[in-house]
Amino acid sequence: MNATVDDRPLLSVRGLGKHYGGRMGCRDVGFDLWSGEVLGIVGESGSGKTTVLNCLSGRVAADAGQVGYTKADGSVVDMRRLDESARRRLLRTEWGVVHQHARDGLRMGVTAGANVGERLMALGARHYGRVRGRALDWLARVEIAESRIDDLPETFSGGMLQRLQIARNLVTEPRLVLMDEPTGGLDVSVQARLLDLLRGLVDDLGLSAVIVTHDLAVARLLANRLLVMRGGEVVESGLTDQVLDDPQHPYAQLLVSSVLQP
Amino acid sequence: MYVAVKGGERAIDNAHRLLAEERRGDPAVAELSLAQIDQQLALAVDRVMTEGSLYDRALAALAVKQSRGDLIEAIFLLRAYRTTLPRLGVSLPLDTDAMVVGRRVSAIFKDVPGGQILGPTFDYTHRLLDFELAHLCAESPTGPMQAEEADAAAPVPRVMDLLDREGLIESEPPASEEAPVGDLTREPLTFPAARDVRLQNLARGDEGFLLAMGYATQRGYGRNHPFAGEIRQGEVAVTLAPEEVGFPIEVATITVTECQMVNQFKGSATAPAQFTRGYGLAFGQAERKAMAMALVDRALRGRELGEDPASPTQDEEFVLSHSDNVEASGFVQHLKLPHYVDFQSELVLVRDLRAAHGSTAPR
Amino acid sequence: MSRYNFAYLDEQTKRMIRRAVLKAVAVPGYQVPFGSREMPLSYGWGTGGVQVTASVIGPTDVLKVIDQGADDTTNAVSIRKFFERTTGVATTTRTEAATLIQTRHRIPETPLRVGQIVVFQVPIPEPLRWLEPREAETRKMHALEEYGVMYVRLYEDITRHGRVAQTYEYPVIVDGRYLMRPSPIPKFDNPKLDRSPALMLFGAGREKRIYAVPPWTSVKSLDFDDHPFEIEHWDRPCALCGATSVFLDELIVDDKGGRLFICSDTDFCSRRRAASDPIPGR
Repeated sequence: MNATVDDRPLLSVRGLGKHYGGRMGCRDVGFDLWSGEVLGIVGESGSGKTTVLNCLSGRVAADAGQVGYTKADGSVVDMRRLDESARRRLLRTEWGVVHQHARDGLRMGVTAGANVGERLMALGARHYGRVRGRALDWLARVEIAESRIDDLPETFSGGMLQRLQIARNLVTEPRLVLMDEPTGGLDVSVQARLLDLLRGLVDDLGLSAVIVTHDLAVARLLANRLLVMRGGEVVESGLTDQVLDDPQHPYAQLLVSSVLQP
Repeated sequence: MYVAVKGGERAIDNAHRLLAEERRGDPAVAELSLAQIDQQLALAVDRVMTEGSLYDRALAALAVKQSRGDLIEAIFLLRAYRTTLPRLGVSLPLDTDAMVVGRRVSAIFKDVPGGQILGPTFDYTHRLLDFELAHLCAESPTGPMQAEEADAAAPVPRVMDLLDREGLIESEPPASEEAPVGDLTREPLTFPAARDVRLQNLARGDEGFLLAMGYATQRGYGRNHPFAGEIRQGEVAVTLAPEEVGFPIEVATITVTECQMVNQFKGSATAPAQFTRGYGLAFGQAERKAMAMALVDRALRGRELGEDPASPTQDEEFVLSHSDNVEASGFVQHLKLPHYVDFQSELVLVRDLRAAHGSTAPR
Repeated sequence: MSRYNFAYLDEQTKRMIRRAVLKAVAVPGYQVPFGSREMPLSYGWGTGGVQVTASVIGPTDVLKVIDQGADDTTNAVSIRKFFERTTGVATTTRTEAATLIQTRHRIPETPLRVGQIVVFQVPIPEPLRWLEPREAETRKMHALEEYGVMYVRLYEDITRHGRVAQTYEYPVIVDGRYLMRPSPIPKFDNPKLDRSPALMLFGAGREKRIYAVPPWTSVKSLDFDDHPFEIEHWDRPCALCGATSVFLDELIVDDKGGRLFICSDTDFCSRRRAASDPIPGR
């Protein structure tokens, strides 16, 4: 639970840009994210939305812009200018990163319990029983059977892997979670279940999140506000329902209208 | 009553005596001289000098003799000796342009200025055991071959320069005079490693290992489309420019083999296509080594050329950490040392675990 | 026949190694890279230990060399002879008479005292190596004190075996900061490192790292509060000298599986026997 009763946004991004050799990743991206908000970044592949996410976490070094983050203690830091030690610490404590492919965000060679408990142990938890207890709690919360705690992730289905990844990130109760296509590659029914779970967690924990997705249905379900990206630039932004029901920019209109209706 | 076995010292002394006997072999057979090894097992001497990082044919021949022909053992001997030598200075870079060429071939053009000079190569021999060699010749065969009329002493122009003139190949940035060159015999290897240190590591590296890595790149593990741009073998001068003297002095002439590979071209929207390079250098006539080294050099340059490191051959830490056969041989063979205390700890644990499981441990 | 410098290495090299040792002592448990030289013995056979010993040994030192706790195992004999030949320094098998002890895989049972230096031979210095093969990454992990992955390993052991399965080279935290691998000593010996009056130096020749635990420094073996660190126990004393609470070697004495347990520390055992035996020289 991380309510910051504050006038400052949790995340304040200005002029974010990244080039890959001759190719543009993203350009002049800016937004504010307030505590408890979920921001969706939508667009087709190649629109630059994943680049934006990677620049936020520092996984990729941006070429331009600022990423202002308000820490739990109230101080504001620019993620781009933070030294690596502080950045890595933040990513383990106040932030969470959920990768599109769960394998990228998990240790496949250790048990589910160890995966969930790792962050706690990294932060100094030294009681095996209690670490295991917290891991059990979280497995329950993400609807993974307790009996799987000692199983290797190799034996998990795609949906379970994703839920395990989420548990691994949320165990330290981060204030901000970055998610890249959290439902990508999953069966439709599995997706639905995962979305329900995510929505529940966001509500219960008052999480703030930036979610990248090409799936407008995911955006509508999870995000309060949207950025629509195309060719590396933001072409439209606003409240989710407004953008999806009444898009202004021609590309946004195209995007919305091309979603298959049941 | 158990009495601890003592006498480790005597055991070692006896082992050394036995080794000396085996090294000598049958006393009725003529003893090998260093000159015989240097002359008639010259390629073994070349390899020991290259991987031993010391150019001295007599010492390398001695190492080969002392090691009973085990070349990795010989390389170890030479390296250990090198440790004790004081460093007098650093030479100027070898000018292989000015090499007195004994062999020079290029695969990328049919003919090149200076010609394709085959030199003393195994390449076109038919690998049939020559039983004539089983007999010692009463007298030596016809005297040394006469050099061809073509001027053997004239420097042979570089094939790579032909490509360079057209801008077809990436240029090697000239090193600044002041930039220090890394030295792995003085400083430990750290990652990421700069190219000078990588090349030194590869030059000292085990020929077999580099051969395997180079071969792997050809089979698709980090393929870089190599062509043998030029291979040259011959004598070069070693030149020192001591501060006290103020001008360069030639202190020695050594034989080296140099290989320049022409590799996969690169290009982008902003830069026109150019071939890339790989480089290999070894003491003596060590063509296989120089070629393998050039392949691996190019594979490891993937990082600076923006290539995706998909293969272990392109993984700098993997290749450079395991190329040294003296290190590898030591560590692999150290398993022969007593490990019974550590094993005892494991025994205690395994017995405890089995007891906890319910099975009975032998008592 | 060339003559070698005192202790084989030239003075420049010794100075370079001593600088690394000083840095190591200043940052307990931190692995200092050093320009390891080829030595006349194989990598993996103690070149790191030999280089450290060669750099700190002086004409008045008294040297003891042990391997598996014994003075007369072949490698200990070989190294001791090397130093006898290159330094002429006095050697001993008695722990309390030694000023410098080079060891492989054990710490002597006889308590150490102020002024003694123990030099450990180290094959793999990096405690995180089996969890992270890349040197570039492990250096970062040490710098950022990111040791969570080591506790993950302990957690997994407890989950799978009910206890930590590491029995030698048991990882420790030195001076509350650096994670260190104490060389392949049995975990039985780990407590001897904690706040020892002696200076502990660790040399890895092939991997080219030196690290140190200065006297009176805290050395804590990793564990969980509810699964505390434990050392090995035997259910019988040494068959020769009757000592308990020492590390015992297991010897197979006949082909029916008969076995004998005797002190691994040969000096400790022989002195206990001499002290208790009224007939000297037996």
